[in-house]
Order: sequence, then C-alpha cells, then structure tokens
Amino acid sequence: MPDLLIELFSEEIPARMQGKAADDLKKLITDGMVEAGLTYASAAAFSTPRRLALTIEGVLNESPTVREERKGPKVGAPDKAIEGFLRGAGLTRDQLEERDTPKGAVYFASIEKQGRPAAEIIAEVLEHTIRTFPWPKSMRWGSGSLRWVRPLHSIICLLSDEAGSEVVPLDVDGIVSGKTTHGHRFMDPKQITVNGFEDYEAQLKRAFVVLNAGERADAIWEDAKNQAFANGLEVVEDAGLLREVAGLVEWPVVLMGEIAEDFLGLPPEVLQTSMKEHQKFFSVKNPKTGRIERFITVANRETADNGATILAGNQKVLFARLSDAKFFWENDLRTAKNDMSSWTEALSNVTFHNKLGTQAERIERIAALARELAPVVGTDADEAERAARLAKADLSSEMVYEFPELQGLMGRYYAEAAGEMPAVAAAAEEHYAPLGPSDAVPTAPVSVAVSLADKIDTLTGFWAIDEKPTGSKDPFALRRAALGVIRLVLENDKTLVLMAVFAFANEKADAANLLSFFHDRLKVYLREQGVRHDVIDACIAMDGNDDLGLLVKRAVALEAFMKTDDGENLLQGFKRANNILSKEEEKDGVEYSYGGDVKFAQTEEEKALFAALERETPVIEAALSAEDFASAMSGMAGLRAPIDAFFEAVQVNSDNQTVRRNRLNLLSDIRKLVGSVADLTRVEG
Amino acid sequence: MTSEKPKSFQEIILRLQAYWAAQGCAVMQPYDMEVGAGTFHPATTLRSLGSKPWAAAYVQPSRRPTDGRYGENPNRLQHYYQYQVVIKPSPPDLQALYLGSLEAIGVDMEMHDIRFVEDDWESPTLGAWGLGWEVWCDGMEVSQFTYFQQVGGHDCAPVAGELTYGLERLAMYILDCDHVMDMPYNDPQSPIALSYGDVFKQTEEEYARWNFDVANTEVLLRHFEEAEAECAHILAQEHDDPKTGKRIIMAHPAYDQCIKASHIFNLLDARGVISVTERQAYIGRVRTLAKACADAFVQTRAGGHVQ
Repeated sequence: MPDLLIELFSEEIPARMQGKAADDLKKLITDGMVEAGLTYASAAAFSTPRRLALTIEGVLNESPTVREERKGPKVGAPDKAIEGFLRGAGLTRDQLEERDTPKGAVYFASIEKQGRPAAEIIAEVLEHTIRTFPWPKSMRWGSGSLRWVRPLHSIICLLSDEAGSEVVPLDVDGIVSGKTTHGHRFMDPKQITVNGFEDYEAQLKRAFVVLNAGERADAIWEDAKNQAFANGLEVVEDAGLLREVAGLVEWPVVLMGEIAEDFLGLPPEVLQTSMKEHQKFFSVKNPKTGRIERFITVANRETADNGATILAGNQKVLFARLSDAKFFWENDLRTAKNDMSSWTEALSNVTFHNKLGTQAERIERIAALARELAPVVGTDADEAERAARLAKADLSSEMVYEFPELQGLMGRYYAEAAGEMPAVAAAAEEHYAPLGPSDAVPTAPVSVAVSLADKIDTLTGFWAIDEKPTGSKDPFALRRAALGVIRLVLENDKTLVLMAVFAFANEKADAANLLSFFHDRLKVYLREQGVRHDVIDACIAMDGNDDLGLLVKRAVALEAFMKTDDGENLLQGFKRANNILSKEEEKDGVEYSYGGDVKFAQTEEEKALFAALERETPVIEAALSAEDFASAMSGMAGLRAPIDAFFEAVQVNSDNQTVRRNRLNLLSDIRKLVGSVADLTRVEG
Repeated sequence: MTSEKPKSFQEIILRLQAYWAAQGCAVMQPYDMEVGAGTFHPATTLRSLGSKPWAAAYVQPSRRPTDGRYGENPNRLQHYYQYQVVIKPSPPDLQALYLGSLEAIGVDMEMHDIRFVEDDWESPTLGAWGLGWEVWCDGMEVSQFTYFQQVGGHDCAPVAGELTYGLERLAMYILDCDHVMDMPYNDPQSPIALSYGDVFKQTEEEYARWNFDVANTEVLLRHFEEAEAECAHILAQEHDDPKTGKRIIMAHPAYDQCIKASHIFNLLDARGVISVTERQAYIGRVRTLAKACADAFVQTRAGGHVQ
C-alpha cells in the first residue's frame, strides 16, 4: 500500500499559527480521505516557518466499491414520486427492481458506488482543504483570488511505494503539484526533488531544515541549558516562548550574550519582559543571586564567525531597549520616592470608561469600598484605604506605559521604594488576582480588601450602566471579576453580605440582577467541585442567598445528604407530601398552615410522624441558627422513616373532614420544616 | 555577492533608488505635503486601488510630531525618512527582491540573521489593512513588508506588495552609529562632511518646541474643519467639468485635503488637546475622508475605471 507525502510551501507562516495549522492539515486530509472510503494506517503532520507537511502511511490503492440499496415508492405510485426517486438515485426506471413486501409491490434501487483511485480522491480532498483552510487570518496576493496565510508557492503531493513515487496531479489556481521543494532560505536555497517522506525529511535536514517543531524546540532547549550550565547559570523556563522561537527558525542556532553591567540593577521581571516581548530572548539567571545576567537568542543560521556578528547586533538592539527600560525605571523611582501623588493626580486625566468616569474617580470609589470591607476581611480600615489609593498609581508610571503587563508588579516595587508599609505595597501587586480559575487567591487581608473592592466596584459600575456580558461577549471581563469575588470570599472563609455591599458600592446598579449573575458564576464554580446544579438551586432559593459562604455551606451539606439513602428517600417523601398538599390546597382554595394536632391523629404511623416532627423541629431550628447544616440534614434524616411509614399506611384523604384537614396540616408542617433547610422542590429525582 | 559597505546615509538612499529603478520601479519624488508615513503618498494609497498595474519607489519625509525629542534621543525624531516600494500586483519573488535590496545597501546575507516575523499592518485613519511581517536583521526591525488587502474600505485586487524601510534606523545599523545625530549624512571624506545632526539637529529642536508648546491649537482646529469641508466640497462636484466638457473627478485634490486633516490631527495630538475619547472620533473623521477619496479614485482612469 502506498504512502502519501504532502507539503505546502509558502512565505513565512506566523509562529503562533503553525502548530494548529499542522493539526488542521492532518485532520482535514485524513477525514476527507476516510469519508471517501480511503483508509490509512497512520499519519503525522509537521510545520516550519515556511512549510506545512503531512505524511500518511498505508493508504489504500483505491476506495472499495460499495453497493447501496434504497427502498422507493410503491409500484403504481404517481409518476412524480417515482421520477423524484429516480433522480435521487441517479437511475432510470428499467434499472429498478420490483419486490413484494407485506405492504405490496415496492420499487427498489440498487446503487453501486464504484471505487476510485487514491490519487483522484487525494487530489480532490487536498484542493478542498487548501481552499477552505481554517487560518485565523488569511490573505490574497498578486492577481489571484486564492487565500492562504501568506503567499503559497508550491505543493508536493506524492504517492510512493516500493515501485517508486508518483505525483498526484493537482492545480490550485495555477499552483501545480510536484515533487520539489526548497531548503533553508539562506543556507541552502536550492531546489530539492524528493521521492517519499523519509527522503524528504532527510534531504531537508541536509539542506539545513529541521522539519519537526518539537525536535527544534528540544534542540534549542538542550543547547540553551548546556551553554548556561557551562557558565554556572540557568535558563529561565518559558514554554510559550520556546514554542514561538521554534516556529521562527528552520535551523536553530543558540547564541548566549551578555547584558551590560548598567542594566543588572533592573528588577528581574523588567529585564525578562523587555527581552521576551521585544526580542524573543530567553533570560539566563545566576542561581546563586537570582539575578538575570545573560540572554539567549536563537538565530536561524550558522555563519563563518560562529554567530559573532549576529550576537553583536542583537546585543546592540538589547542595549537600546534596556536603556529605555532603565530610563523609565530611574524616572519612576525618583517620582515614587518623591511623592506618588503626582501619579494618582495624573489618573484624573485618564478615562476608565466614558460612562464611569476617570481612573481617579474609580480609585476614590475603590478606596471608600475597601474601607467599608476592611472589618469584614479583618484588617485596618486606614491601611486598606491607603492601599486602595496607591494600588493603581503605577498606571501613570513610564514603565507600565511601556509594558502594560508589568502593572501591579511595578506598583509594588514603587510603593516599597516610597517606604509604604509592606502590606500596602503587596496589595498593589496582589489586588489584580485572581486572574483566572486557577490563579492563586490573595490571602493577606489588605490585599483581599482592595481586590474585593476593585472587582465589586467594576461589577456594580457596569451593572449601573447596563453593560452586562452577553453570550460570548464579555469585553470588560466581568465574569472573571465575579468569579474572583467568589473565590476571594470562599477560599478566605469571609462572610460578605453581597446585597449590602452592592448597595454601598453603587446604588444605581440592579443589585438583584447582579446577585443572580453571581449565582450563575457560583454554579459554574461549584459544579467544578462536584456539586449538582439542582442542589445549588435548592439553596439559592433560600433566604440569605447573598451570603456566599452560607450558601455554599448549605449546598455542600445538602449535596452530601442527597447522596445518602436517607436523603434520597426523604426527597421522595417530601415530594409526595408536597404534591398531595398542593393539589388539595388548590382544590379547596385554602392554605393548610394551621399546624396539625396530634389529638386528631388516628393511626400509629400518624402519631409517630407527629412525634418525629416534635423531636426534630428544635434540632433543625438550632442547627440552622448555628449555620450547622450537617446537623440540620441529620435532623431531616430523622424524618425519613416516619414519613415513609406514614405514606405506606395512611390515606390522607379520609372521609372524615377533620381527620383529612389535620393530615394536610401535618404535611404542611413537614413542608415548612424541610423548606427551612432547603427548597427541595428544586432538586431533581 | 557582497557589495562594499556604504559610507553615508545618502549613499544608502542612492543605492536603494538605483536598485529599485533596476527592478523596473518608477522612482518617484517625495510627496510635497506633510505626511505621517510613506504610505500616505498617493503613489501608494490611491495607486494600490483599482486594477491597473503599478510599480513605484520613493523616499518620503515623514512627520510624527509626538515623537519629537529635541534631537536628543538616539533614534527618535519628529521628522524622518521612509523608503517606500509599492508593486501591484505583488510579484511572486517580492521577498527575494527585498532581500536583494538589503544586499545592495551592504547587508551581507552570509553573516546576518534575517527573519520575517508576523506583523499585520493596519491604518485606522486610511481604513486600510494588510498582512505581512516586520523584517528583522539580527533582532532589529529594519522594514515592514505588507500585502495590502484593503485601502479606503476597498478590497485591493490585484494585491499590492508594500515595503517600508525606516531609513535612519536601518542606516544607523549599517553604518554602525549609536546616535542618529552622529551619522554621516554625506561621505565623511567629502570636503564639507556633514553629519545627520549638522543637517537636522536644529530643526528637530525648533519643531519639537513648536509641536509641543507653540502651535496655535485654535487655528489648527479650524484648519482641520476647513480641510474636511473642502474635501467634501471637491468630491461633491459633477464628474463632468462644465468648462472643458471632460470627465474630471478630482480624487487627488480631495485626497490632499485628507492628508492635511490627518497631519493637523497629529499636531493637535502632540499639543495634548485631544482626549482619549475624542481621539477615536478624529481618527474616524479622517477615515471618512480617506474612504470618500478612495471611492472617487476608483471611478477615475488611473483607478481602473473603464468608460
């Protein structure tokens, strides 16, 4: 069985798109082949800056012939129906077969799908793939209308077996398939003719192209580590950067250079960010001091001077970049030590959102809210307010203007330099957290206060101007902010009454709507922790649902209870009681809320249920007021057997109206007691 | 093939002119108006529209008032030069042609590391975008390489390939200068050797002061409005000229007003009188002009209109 080699050779493909493009190529081609009946043994895809390649081994020579039978209209059906059937099947009437069925004579069509040669199928699938390739962004070039990520220059499409190799003929807008490609753009640009994947990969390597991105990345990482190690240093790991750099070169050459002494005093994060963002350099640190002392750059070629010219050029560019960074750092430090108020004042000229005022106004609100929240999180109000006022000062700094991703971190450095208290300085960095579901949650009380205040101000603000997230659109990351509040409260075990906080933060916000947004986020959060959504709903329906800690405690206890035999049966019993009661109440047009009286009880089971209610009611009430939901659940468990026994033996609708009403009032007592723990009507099952 | 290293800023420009002339480009002169980048020259913006083939290369003095540093920053200038090449339809070997131009100005491909790094270009004021790269030489960006997809809201068909060289930065690298003002403007062996600073240090100071502190913002605001109004006035005219009886659509004069408005906006920005929210509005107004000019141009002969 033959093997297939495909190469799509183009101008430089953006590094960030290469990996997915290789995967897409493999999926689209193999799916298309299989759909046409052309199966294969194995497939692998590769990418370099200038090419996507795919090898498929063990391809069928041709797709198998298949016969399909289709049942048509009855014999004697109107001509129109028969013609329609013939059109669909692609047959003529004399090709139909009449068969007797229990419903009478029916036409049957037997359609044979002739097998097709592999080359024909592959050519079609490849052309279709090229024309519909899912690039994140694609373009036209020259006079053509074909779209590709950058101009596409040549196509290899080759079937090969022991007997030799043959080009699969294909012409996509004038690009004709062949069996040639090119080596490294500078080191060996000559044309290469290949006769199969192994030959292709080997010839490329001789022409200074490493086809496999993983191999390039490994080579870069190994060499970088070794060069650093030889100097007693360590490369700072950065998997994203490694992947990107491996996508920028076909022939990686690792070069290590020095960072001029002048810049070694910069914070390591500044060095790292500047080198990574602008130059795609790795940082190399001294493990003894933690300082970043050198950089690693990856060139795309070897040179006669072993990269000396290239390294010198890179060093020069870095020098200019770091001169800028140092200039910013020194200016910023001067400002910070002098008085950070010039930064906070400057924020009054910066719009946060045109309907929500300036950054300075926003900071005023956050400061007031942080004060308000200070007792809740257990910190000093003055300290929380101070921290809130300084938390965003670094947005005016030159460094953050240049490197927005350093916001917060620079704030901490500058606040420390200004002699602020450590907790205040830490809050400048930590109040942005948590940034995602897996990001660490701050625990220092001042940081927690500012972080909560920041997020709640943002949420209530956008709710007040009716800019809520819709569908997949959440431009202000409000879902993330709400999840942040939830995690800050729960993971630090704080009690926050949300409705009161919302009202304080922004009275114009629709607090009830915002609370239900929080409940939705909470459901997602709890579902990931294994709590069922209907269980959460049963707890959200209770009073005090704006106290997230309380809500979660209740939900966790209920979830555990519902997993027990008692829980499951109590739920059934409760539902039965509730159904009967609701039905009778509706029928009678009254609400049975008098309370049952044991003296009208007739059977033992009835009396036992009264006794159980009397026993468990104070237990459950005490447990609830102590917020001890586990005990409340075991109180409910105590009701399960008597309820089951009651329904087993007692007919609620007695002919004696007094007895009937008393039984309905008893059920109402049960409903009320159970309903004080959770709204079980919302639990499924 | 390694050519001898150039000796001066002007020699690099002259070599680029000779190289692109040899590739068949019409070597044009700078546009005689203040623009922010070589792309604004009608030889690029307008000529990248429509079906007619086009190939041009030129130096374009460019002004970015906010980048002024009184001539003190080693590589920031409010007035600098771009070298611009635009070829429509983009030839299949445009990358090779570009690399040839680097060799022509003394970059030895055997010793340097040239890379094409993703960089998509967009000009919100021109309503234009394209895909391409910034070209790195040993980690330094030396050019922008773009395949135009849309200009003035019109799809580019055929597609124009555009190359933009930041001349000062490129020359500083080739001539190994650390400060732009120290760079030799003419051959240092000349009887009167001139550095870049000899030619431009004083003007950088003068313009920086004017741009940042003196330019009369009221007058500028009025000029902006006037340019906007004149652009609309020009485009509102009948296509058939009543005097000559010819069909004359005045796309270029209208586009001049668009360029003018764009530069005035940049000046106002440097004076710090445009707030963040207003910024977007001004950019939108210039884009509206650019689109109207593009709409007009595609109805002209040069824009591929067939009567």
